[in-house]
Amino acid sequence: MGLDLSMNKYADVPYEEKERLFNEVKADLRFHHALYGCYECGICVAACPSARFYDFSPRVIAQATAREDVDLIYTLMNDSIWDCSQCFSCDRCPRHNSPGMLITIMREVAVNNGLQTAKEALEGYGRIIYKIMSTGTQVSPDMLQPNAFPDWGPHVKDISDNLEWWRKALPPETLHTTETGWAVDDKTIIELYLIWHMTGVMDMIEEIDDGLHMILVDVMEEKLEEEGYDVSF
Amino acid sequence: MIHLPVVNQARDRNFELPETPPTEDYHDILDQLEKDGEIIVQRVPEPYIEVKTKYGRTKKIPVERTWHHKSCGQCGHIPGYSTSIFWLNRKLGLDYIDPKDQTSCTAWNYYASATSNPAAQAAVAIRNFAAAYETGYFPIIHCGTSFGHYKEVRQSLMHYPELRAQVRKIMEKLGKKLVIPEEIVHYSEWVYAMRDRIAEHQVMDMSPITATVHPACHYHKLIEEDAIYTPEIYGAQRTAIITGVLQKIGVNVADYSTWFDCCGFGFRHILVSRDFSRSFAVQRKIEVMKEEANPDLVVTHDTGCVTTLDQSQFAGKAHDKKVGLPVLSDSQVAALALGAHPYLVLQMHWHNTDNKPFLEKIGIDPEEKWREFEEQVDKLKNGEQLYLTWDDVESVPV
Repeated sequence: MGLDLSMNKYADVPYEEKERLFNEVKADLRFHHALYGCYECGICVAACPSARFYDFSPRVIAQATAREDVDLIYTLMNDSIWDCSQCFSCDRCPRHNSPGMLITIMREVAVNNGLQTAKEALEGYGRIIYKIMSTGTQVSPDMLQPNAFPDWGPHVKDISDNLEWWRKALPPETLHTTETGWAVDDKTIIELYLIWHMTGVMDMIEEIDDGLHMILVDVMEEKLEEEGYDVSF
Repeated sequence: MIHLPVVNQARDRNFELPETPPTEDYHDILDQLEKDGEIIVQRVPEPYIEVKTKYGRTKKIPVERTWHHKSCGQCGHIPGYSTSIFWLNRKLGLDYIDPKDQTSCTAWNYYASATSNPAAQAAVAIRNFAAAYETGYFPIIHCGTSFGHYKEVRQSLMHYPELRAQVRKIMEKLGKKLVIPEEIVHYSEWVYAMRDRIAEHQVMDMSPITATVHPACHYHKLIEEDAIYTPEIYGAQRTAIITGVLQKIGVNVADYSTWFDCCGFGFRHILVSRDFSRSFAVQRKIEVMKEEANPDLVVTHDTGCVTTLDQSQFAGKAHDKKVGLPVLSDSQVAALALGAHPYLVLQMHWHNTDNKPFLEKIGIDPEEKWREFEEQVDKLKNGEQLYLTWDDVESVPV
């Protein structure tokens, strides 16, 4: 289905609310280094992988933000930004714009404000967020389950069936793990938890997925309290 | 598919460096911040190798005393990537650390879900840099996304004093310094810089092999400034890493028109919208390579690229697409050229697309090598030992 740019879809959302969100985008310290105007040359679109498969255009992102078209930006923030591949091929822009970075910022604002479309875009992604935030490594060998990657063929089952032995057969001693990419020190994990708390990332998770937030708090509190940290800061 | 005659034109273009580089020199800014007492710059240890970057500046690549910042995607799903890097270091007799005091850069998740922010991302990066600094070893980054993201973090920390202040406060809480390395170095830059020494140890004839190269987006597009270029490789119109290594060990590197395209990884797409990743990888990369170059092998240098280009071919085959190209990293190919075991070191059984014809073409019997691997694994199954070690790997003859 194509991107609806009629502006009817979100007509019931007050302009002030849309403007508030755009002001959050503009307030990001990186915004003015990601947008210098747009020649409308289309080089970003030509380089963009998502533009080939979706009704998606990095040029529209740059143009809408440059024109401060608040209604269009709200539509894009809901219905377009999650199609971006974040490859930054669009950094090829001769005007030195970075539509990819603008999208990174817009996504952050969408998550911070708990937009329903952001929640939908991240459905099924919660286990990844849990893994990276709780263990310090995003991808673990035990994710390789046939039901998770049926389109990767029978070799995923081979790995899954032999996982324990094949991991033990890896010569670096850090790689014998199955639940994490490598063995991470407990002290290192504690430091990561403190970073999540001190930078407001836990608040972001609460906004986007309350259940995931509760699980993460449980896991982190236990470890932090064991180490004598006050987690109420 | 429309074929444009861009490849020949790019190859024939003369290389001319701009008189004045169009971008700032991060070395100068880091030095000034260090003089101002704002940061500590971890210097590249000697000996190092000097290479040239996109706008002709010099970048130092450490030879040894390296602290290996591992990749979650590589270690988790394609571990032969990392084991080959370590094996090359051991083969060349170089000192390195494989740390446990390291987290992922968390950038895969950041680019996929945006459930983080600049302060958190910078703090994660600086925590890892500080951990390396404390050991006296220099960080070398295995993942292309970690490499690109850390360059973004460096850029932000150089230009936003409020972010530096925030990260410094967090580091104080952790008992760490705000350390930024003099250079942010990707492992493939190390393999490239070491290519002459690697070639001195070569035992396999790689000349029967034709390969296509996919340079990772986050290596050469994201803060393009300090990626390696040389006039000898595509007239410096493309990054020199991977291609320079393959040519040095005698692999025939073949060109194709969609070299600039990404692999289709997409960060969130590869996990929750894989129809996009599969389609892009097969239709824009693998099929084009097949049609235009018909290589024996695809070589790349980032976590997501190997994953997407390799794993997507199974579904492509079901749709009668032109697929069937094995995908390896440059570290794996370099290790293979030096006689590394395809399963004990390269861990090729974690890869998907049939790679046996490639091995047979350079004179390796994959069945025999698999038997050797299983013999070693049997030592674990029958309780002789808990894990395989580097000594076990080295006990198997080349």
